[in-house]
Amino acid sequence: MARKALTRAEIEALLDVWLETEFTFHQVGPVARALCKLQRGEQDFVLDWIKRIATTHITLAFHFARRAPDLIQRLDRRAIEAWAVHLCDTYDRSGMYAALTVAEQVDAFTRTRQDHTAGALFEDVAPVLSNFVRGLSGRKLKIEQGDGAWSDSEKIVLPAITVALESREDNFKLAKATVALLWAQTRFGTLRADLAAACADFAHPDRALGQFNALETIRLSACIARELPGLHREMRRLMAALGDQLPAAWADFAARLSDPAARVEDSLELLAAAYSLPDFKPWCFQAELRPDAVAALRAARLEKEKARLRVKLAELEEEHRRHKAGEEREATPEQPRFDAEAIDQDGRLDFEITLNDAPIAPPDDVKQLLTSIYLDFGEIPPDYLVPAGDGEYDPSLYQDQPVDPDAVWQGTYHEEGALFYPEWDLGRQHYRKNWCVMREKEVKPVYDDFYRQTLDKHFALVKHLRKGFEAMRDENRTLKRQAFGDEVDIDALVEALADSQDGREMSDRLFVRQHRAERNIAVAFMVDMSGSTKGWINEAEREALILLCEALELLGDRYAIYGFSGITRKRCELFRIKTFDEPYTEEVKARISGIQPQEYTRMGFAIRHLTKLLNEIEARTKVLVTLSDGRPDDYFDVYRGAYGIEDTRMALLEARRSGIHPFCVTIDREARDYLPHMYGAARYVILDDVAQLPLKVSDIYRRLTS
Amino acid sequence: MDAHTLTPEQHFIQKEPYYEAVGNEIAIFEAAYRNRLPVLLKGPTGCGKTRFMEHMAWRLKRPLITVSCHDDLTASDLVGRYLVKDGETVWVDGPLTRAVRCGGICYLDEIVEARKDTMVVIHPLADDRRELPMEKVGQLLQAPEDFCLAISYNPGYQSVLKDLKQSTRQRFVALEFDYPTPDLERRIVANESGVAAAMAEKLVKFAQMTRNLKGSGLDEGASTRLLVHAGKLISSGVDPVVACQSAVAQAVTDDADMLAAIQELSSSLF
Repeated sequence: MARKALTRAEIEALLDVWLETEFTFHQVGPVARALCKLQRGEQDFVLDWIKRIATTHITLAFHFARRAPDLIQRLDRRAIEAWAVHLCDTYDRSGMYAALTVAEQVDAFTRTRQDHTAGALFEDVAPVLSNFVRGLSGRKLKIEQGDGAWSDSEKIVLPAITVALESREDNFKLAKATVALLWAQTRFGTLRADLAAACADFAHPDRALGQFNALETIRLSACIARELPGLHREMRRLMAALGDQLPAAWADFAARLSDPAARVEDSLELLAAAYSLPDFKPWCFQAELRPDAVAALRAARLEKEKARLRVKLAELEEEHRRHKAGEEREATPEQPRFDAEAIDQDGRLDFEITLNDAPIAPPDDVKQLLTSIYLDFGEIPPDYLVPAGDGEYDPSLYQDQPVDPDAVWQGTYHEEGALFYPEWDLGRQHYRKNWCVMREKEVKPVYDDFYRQTLDKHFALVKHLRKGFEAMRDENRTLKRQAFGDEVDIDALVEALADSQDGREMSDRLFVRQHRAERNIAVAFMVDMSGSTKGWINEAEREALILLCEALELLGDRYAIYGFSGITRKRCELFRIKTFDEPYTEEVKARISGIQPQEYTRMGFAIRHLTKLLNEIEARTKVLVTLSDGRPDDYFDVYRGAYGIEDTRMALLEARRSGIHPFCVTIDREARDYLPHMYGAARYVILDDVAQLPLKVSDIYRRLTS
Repeated sequence: MDAHTLTPEQHFIQKEPYYEAVGNEIAIFEAAYRNRLPVLLKGPTGCGKTRFMEHMAWRLKRPLITVSCHDDLTASDLVGRYLVKDGETVWVDGPLTRAVRCGGICYLDEIVEARKDTMVVIHPLADDRRELPMEKVGQLLQAPEDFCLAISYNPGYQSVLKDLKQSTRQRFVALEFDYPTPDLERRIVANESGVAAAMAEKLVKFAQMTRNLKGSGLDEGASTRLLVHAGKLISSGVDPVVACQSAVAQAVTDDADMLAAIQELSSSLF
C-alpha cells in the first residue's frame, strides 16, 4: 500500500529544521504548500535532496526547494539529481553568486512544454562524445562542463543537462550535433577570424555577433553535411522536430555558404546584409560564440606553437644533415628551406613537408603542430617554416614547464599544475567534484647512516625475512605426468606400459613440462606523514620501509612508496619516496631516511591517486598498503570525524572496485570502533606496539601475496 | 565438402595472393632471400604482414610454414619432441625443423610472445651458420639454400618486458609495415571486399577516425583487415553502421563508452 503523503504542516516542520528558518527567515510556507500536493515518493525525493543540499549551504537548499515541486512534474529524477549536484559543485567552485545563476537557469526548463522530459546529462554524454570528437580530424578538443554550449578552440563546453526534446536518445543526439558544430567551428575556420573586430563596426556588436553566428551555423551545417552525412540527416530530423527552419530571406546566403569553397570570409562579407534582416532564430544545435575566450587562448598559442614548430624543424634539419653526411661528404652551405603544403580535402587533413625540395616524412608531433597552426591561419605562414637558430628561443617558451609545487603557493593561482580528486561528501551523499587539489612532491633525501643502523639493529630480523621471502621467489618447477610436455616422463611411461600389459587402461599423461609460476605483483605503500607521527612512529615507519625494501628487492615485485600529508583540501600533498619504475638506489634510501612528519591526515586523495597509479601498471595482482597512525583528520575542516571516515571508506571502496586489494595497517589503539566501518572494503590490522611495525609490515606483506 | 588436408611441406600457394606493395618491400625481401638473410617484419596488426608472406611464398614458389607464437610456446614446440607410439618413444619433427628440411619459408608470427628459450634455436639459424641444433636427438641440421626464416613483431603494443632483444633483432633484415596510404587502402578494401569505390572511401575515412583515437582509449586503430571484414559484410547487404560496429568497433575494444563513441562516429559518417 502506498504510504500517505505528508501534510503541509509536517513538511513545514521538517523544512524549519533543515533550513534553520528561525535564523534565516526563509519563507518555507509556499514550498510546503506546493510539496504537499505531490505524491509521497516525489515528496521524499525532493525533501531528501533539500536536506542534502542544506549540508552544503542553506540558501542553496532554499532555492532548490522553491523550484523543485514544479520541476519534478517536468523533468525526470535523474536530471533533477544532476542539476542538484551541479548546483552544489558550482557553489563549491565559484561561490554563491554563480550557484544562484545556475538555479535560475533551471527556470528555462519550465518553459519546455513537455512533461517528464528525460534530459541528456553531461556526465552520461561526455565520455562518449569526448571520444567522438577526438576521432574527428583536426585539433584534439577536450569536453568540459560549463555554463552553456560554446568553444574556445581548445575545448568544447557543454551545459550540465541538454533538454529540448522528450526522449533521452533525442537529447543525446542534440548534444552530439552541438558538439559536432562546435568542432566544426575550429575545424572549418570560424574561430580563426577576428570576430570581435568584425562585429565592432556595427551599432550593436552583440546583435552582429548573433547574425554572424547564424551565417556560420548555416555554413558549418553544410560542411558537416559533406563530411558527416549521417549526422547531418540526424540534425535535419532534430530541426524538423523542433520546428527550426531557414527563413526565406536567408536562402540566398545559404546557397552561397553551402558551396564547398565557402570560407569564414564569405560569412564576414555577408554579415552587413544579414545585419539588416530580422534576428535569426537559433537552430536547436546552434552554440554561442565567445570571441574573448577564443582570442585570449589564440594569442598564447600562436607564439608557443611558432617556437615549437621552428625548433622541431631545426631538429629535423639537423637529423637530416647528419643522415646525409654519411653518404656524401659534400657540404651544403645553402640555407635549409622548408616548404609545407596542407592537403585539406574530403575532410582529411594531411601535410607534405619538403626540405630543399626533397620530401620528408614529418613525425606525428610535427603533424599535430602543423594541424593546429593550419587551423589558426588556414595555411602555414612562411615565417613559421624557418628553422630556429641555436638558442634563439628560451626553452621555457616551447616546453611545458613542470610546475614547481612550492612556487605555486607564491602565486595567486593555487591550482595550477595540480591534479584534482573528488571527495565523498557524507551530508550531500554525493561526490564533491575536483575537490582536493593534489600535488606530488619530492622528499628531500637525507644522506646519513640510518640505513646501516636499521640493518644492524634488526640484524636477526633481516635474516629471518630474507629466508621467508626467498622461499616465495618464482622458480621453475617440473610438472610430471602431463598430457603435453617437452620430454617423455619415463616413470609414467614405465607405469603406463605395465598397466597396458596388465590389461588396464593406459594413461596419456606421459610427459614432463617446465612450469614457471610468475609473480606478477605491483604494490603501492602509502605512508602517513602527518604531524602526529612525530617521534617514535616516524622512526618505526622508516625502519619498516627499509626492511620492506630489502625484502621486496629479493622478490622482484614492483613497488612504489609514497608519503601523504596535507593541510586543507587546497593543499593535499603526496611525497614521492620511490616510484614504480625507480630502482632501489642510495637516493631512495636517503629519501626514506628523510621522511619528516608534516601536517594533517587527509587520506581520501592519497588513496585515489595511488589507485590511479596502480591502475596504470600492468600486473596480475595489485595491492595498496596504507600505514597510518590514526583517524583521518584535517586542519579546521569538516574532514575531522564522520566526514573523513566516510571519505576514506569510499576511496577504499573505489580502489577495491577497480581490482586493487587494499590493506591497512594502523597504530591507533584507542579507536577500534570506527575502524571496521572505515576499512570496510579493506583488510586491516591494528598494531598495539609501534616497535612491532618493522617486523609486522614485512610479515603482513608476505602473507598477503603468497 | 571435405576439408583439404595438407602437410606443411605441401603448403605451396598456387594462386597469387592479392597484395599491393606499399614501398619496395617485395624487392628487398627477394634480395634478402637470394642472399639467405632472415627477415623481420615490423608493424601493427592487420596491416598485411601475413598476406605479404603468402605473397612472397607464392612468388618464390616455396612452401610456407607459419607458426603463431604464444606465451607457452617452447623450443620443443618448434624443433620437435619425443612422443610415445606403441610403447616406443618416437621423435617427431616440429614445424621449424620440417621447414628447414624441406627448404621452405618458416614464418614465426609475433615472435616476442614465445618463451625465451625459443631464441636459442632461432639465433644459429638466423646468422651465417644457418643451422638448427636439435639437442634432444644430438643432431645439427644444416639449412638448405632454399630455406628462409621470417619473424614478425609488433612494436606498438608489447610491454617493455616483451621487447625484442638486440641480439635477436640485429640478425635480421627489417621491413617496416604501416597502414597503407588512404588511396592505396581504398583500393585494397574495394578489391578485397567488393564494395564500390565510394563506400571503400568512407570505410577508409572511418578507419582514420578510429586511428585518431589511438592512445586515448584505444590501443590500436582499425586495421586494414577489419575494414575488409566490414566491407565484406556491407557487400552482403548488411547496413554500413551495423557492419562497422560488428566488424570493427567490437573488434578493437570492449569499453562501453568507446563502443558508443565509435558507433556515433560511424553513424555520423554513413
